[in-house]
Amino acid sequence: MTTTAPALVDYDDVVARYEPTLGLEVHVELSTSTKMFCGCPTDFGAEPNTQVCPTCLGLPGSLPVVNQAAVEAAIRIGLALNCSIAPWGRFARKNYFYPDMPKNFQTSQYDEPIAVDGWMDVTLEDGEVVRVGIERAHMEEDTGKSLHVGGAAGRIHGAEYSLLDYNRAGVPLIEIVTKMIPGTGERAPEVARAYVTQLRDLIKSLGVSDVRMDQGSMRCDVNLSLSPTGSGVLGTRTETKNVNSLRSVERAVRHEMQRQAGVLDGGGAIVQETRHFEEQSGTTRPGRRKETSEDYRYFPEPDLVPIAPSAEWVEELRGTLPELPWEHRKRIQEAWGLSDEELRDLVNAGALELIEATVAAGAPAGEARSWWVAYLAQQANTRGVELAELPITPAQVARVIALVGAGDLNNKLARQVVDGVLAGEGEPDEVVESRGLKVVSDDGALIAAVDEALAAQPDVVEKIKGGKVQAAGAIVGAVMKATKGQADAKRVRELIIERCS
Amino acid sequence: MSPDSGAISRDEVAHLARLARLAVTDAELDVFAGQLDVILGAVARVGEVAADDIPPTSHAVPLQNVFRPDVRRPGLSQEQALAGAPAAEEGRFRVPRILGEEQ
Repeated sequence: MTTTAPALVDYDDVVARYEPTLGLEVHVELSTSTKMFCGCPTDFGAEPNTQVCPTCLGLPGSLPVVNQAAVEAAIRIGLALNCSIAPWGRFARKNYFYPDMPKNFQTSQYDEPIAVDGWMDVTLEDGEVVRVGIERAHMEEDTGKSLHVGGAAGRIHGAEYSLLDYNRAGVPLIEIVTKMIPGTGERAPEVARAYVTQLRDLIKSLGVSDVRMDQGSMRCDVNLSLSPTGSGVLGTRTETKNVNSLRSVERAVRHEMQRQAGVLDGGGAIVQETRHFEEQSGTTRPGRRKETSEDYRYFPEPDLVPIAPSAEWVEELRGTLPELPWEHRKRIQEAWGLSDEELRDLVNAGALELIEATVAAGAPAGEARSWWVAYLAQQANTRGVELAELPITPAQVARVIALVGAGDLNNKLARQVVDGVLAGEGEPDEVVESRGLKVVSDDGALIAAVDEALAAQPDVVEKIKGGKVQAAGAIVGAVMKATKGQADAKRVRELIIERCS
Repeated sequence: MSPDSGAISRDEVAHLARLARLAVTDAELDVFAGQLDVILGAVARVGEVAADDIPPTSHAVPLQNVFRPDVRRPGLSQEQALAGAPAAEEGRFRVPRILGEEQ
């Protein structure tokens, strides 16, 4: 920690006297099958340096070739963000010495990005809409992973040497940069989080990335500056890196506002620098100084020819854009009659898509919802996994619901069928078969069980005969017990009344 | 560092040397400054020929949209990948301590 860091200013006090200006840079790793410029796989978690070739290792004589699927993904992201698609553009070399790129440069786009000048309307929790301008979205490649040995906890300070794995080097990346976002005031942290959340949902809906912030397939840098309210003078900005969760985006903005206000209040100046977000403390610490490290000497990449998407190709890709996720949700909300809060709970629990898929497999919405948010949510909770990670598919849930609807299962049996599926015993019908879980509604078997129960409780029979129909409950219970819960309770009740009259 | 300005300064050469990770002595700075000046002067003459109607050329061949399908191709094994490395450990390239901050 810096020894003379000024105290943080109380948040309400910051927003009373300063106006924040935000800027967000988001990197998205595409989920193409191969890398940006070579045919190496992009699988997460492979053994180190097993997904490499001469091209991504920068060996002499190798030449890159652009992955068409990555360009299509970049164009679709650009279109979804209301950008113009550049009719012609080149890649550029960003030169720097750092062993995370064995080529000693990163292939990127510099002054000719593929998508420019768009926007996204970001809706806050209370319904307020903030339009965030998109400056650009460009294509580049990811870097390798460094492991620092000898320092404390893998950190670079005190490290004796570093170990490099280039599996990730060359994986396609799209960098999405917002325009400056002024005027958000006290809501700046909330706006930043909502923007990144919506961007994540949007890109997920395009199916071009799994956008997992926890696995680094989506990463966010936060630019922030403060200016005294009403001064109209833009302050010096800092860039905070390593912001790896939605919650951290919000915390990083808030902390940087409080920290910068402290520096300014003390008569100090903000240093234009890269800062690192500390997940544990929610604070930022200084990193590289910008002015010395940004001399990247960009120049057009001679090994790759320009990309010139035709208007027809762009329009064809526009035709592949799905319904926007927030519009889709609105439609579902209306169709299912959900309150804002109910919808939010479903989204946060990751249940919305599962319920939709269950409905698409033929289940009524109400029952699909009830299964996922109640019994299945409980099971996920017990196992400590996400709902989507449960080993049961929406189609299987829909089948269970159909069996209940047809009277073949009651709710208690249905839960046992689900347990069987979760335990890996196969499809719902197989579990019904192997566990013998079908509802018994065959009169022959039920009459025998009813008569037996009636014979065992003659006093209850007297009560029913005397008109106390509700006393039948005791007999229903006995029959259910005798049939291990597999009797059709409604039919049992009918039979009891019949037999006693 | 505009080529039109004529002289390239010692400071500029020192800056370039640092970016290229080259250890250049004081005496060499003077030598290189003079040599680079000559090179830049020669290149600047091209600018005299190229009028405003000639766009700067980055590629000699008029090709565009050269793509490959998103199909996997065999690469190197870990052993092959590390074969040329001066040092390796745990299947990774071992490099000297990195100065400065993480990128």
